[in-house]
Amino acid sequence: MSTVTLFGLCAAALVGLGLYGALTHPQPLRKLIAFNLLGSGVFLLFGVFARRGAWQAVGGDPVPQALVITGIVVAFAATALAVALLLRLQKESGEATLDPTAPAGAPAERPSP
Amino acid sequence: MSLTYVLESVLALLVLGAAAWTIAARSAFAAAVGFVSYGLLLSLMWVQLAAVDVALTEAAIGGGLTGVLLLGAVATLRGTEARTSRRPASMLRLLAAACCALVSVALAAVVLTLPEAGPTLAPHAMAALPATGVGNPVTGVLMAFRGFDTLLEKVVLVVALVGVWSLAPDRYWGGHPGLEHRLPADGVLPFFARMLPPLGVLLGIHLMWTGADNPGGAFQGGTVLAAMWLVVMMAGVRDAPAIREQWVRLALVSGPVVFVAVGLAGMLTAGAFLAYPVAIAKPLILLIEVPMLLTIALALGLLVTGPPERPADPS
Repeated sequence: MSTVTLFGLCAAALVGLGLYGALTHPQPLRKLIAFNLLGSGVFLLFGVFARRGAWQAVGGDPVPQALVITGIVVAFAATALAVALLLRLQKESGEATLDPTAPAGAPAERPSP
Repeated sequence: MSLTYVLESVLALLVLGAAAWTIAARSAFAAAVGFVSYGLLLSLMWVQLAAVDVALTEAAIGGGLTGVLLLGAVATLRGTEARTSRRPASMLRLLAAACCALVSVALAAVVLTLPEAGPTLAPHAMAALPATGVGNPVTGVLMAFRGFDTLLEKVVLVVALVGVWSLAPDRYWGGHPGLEHRLPADGVLPFFARMLPPLGVLLGIHLMWTGADNPGGAFQGGTVLAAMWLVVMMAGVRDAPAIREQWVRLALVSGPVVFVAVGLAGMLTAGAFLAYPVAIAKPLILLIEVPMLLTIALALGLLVTGPPERPADPS
């Protein structure tokens, strides 16, 4: 088995792991971490395809590599926005849950009149 | 079986182990720490895939900045963690696991049945690269061949930051983001925050500059600058700026604005949006990259710092 096949299989496993975490974790923050794991697995697949496109002295196809760099930055921006939403939810309701039946805690901060 | 192959197999196992730990860890703190080590291990995989530019980005953003962001959120949400632990029924989890395994198996099947020779745009990129004046094909793709993606990505950064800011309570709008960090001025962290940034700033600018011909670029350099800024803010050496400050807003939009301006000028001088006249392609790319570095550093730093939580100073 070559490096690209090995890493490709690893990426496939990462996508499945991340998807499982995002589906089953009760805490939104853990879902977010799992979703990032899923995303990095997809990026790694891109890397495998880029490596298969090696040509002469170029170690890999630069186009998917550049797409992944853009993707990592955008994924970070989306994660930061999601974390900010989650922290705001916790401030408003005192809880950080997506479960509508969960008992509400005390708001961490009283909203201004 | 060569030694490299053994090492690569160990690396793949370590990455999978760190990923499994991140999912299975009992506490959110352990998961966040696991995610940071996962990011660093993953960047080693990128090196093995001959994608050093991506490895630098993954280590700096995937491992570094995302880690800071997650650890901050874990600390704030610690009190709610124990109350948010109702997992789905075991039957449902089993079903989810089966479906996820199916996705993995399908992807693995795709990997195993790929055609012998992969499609590649490398010859095209290398043939057109001399016209851009840069020597690193990845930088060439980012700044010239797929410049539109890079432009939109800058816009995404600014829009995401506006989204984060808009979550501020009304009374803090325009104020300082994050908590005020007050540490003894003679402590270890403030010392660190005075010693490290001069070197870090040099490294960040060097990464951007050398990215033209070597691995690196504005993304990686900007992330290093953002990290230096975060160290300074967290040590309380300098407070985060109030978001109503004119310079913050101007610096934030400078990257996309210069990019669009050069792109529009390309319509007149080179016949297409975002096209560069070949004679001055390299200077134009640098002209775009410098404000882009500033935008990336500011936006990444402020995204980690979060929405305003204190009123602006009375002025």
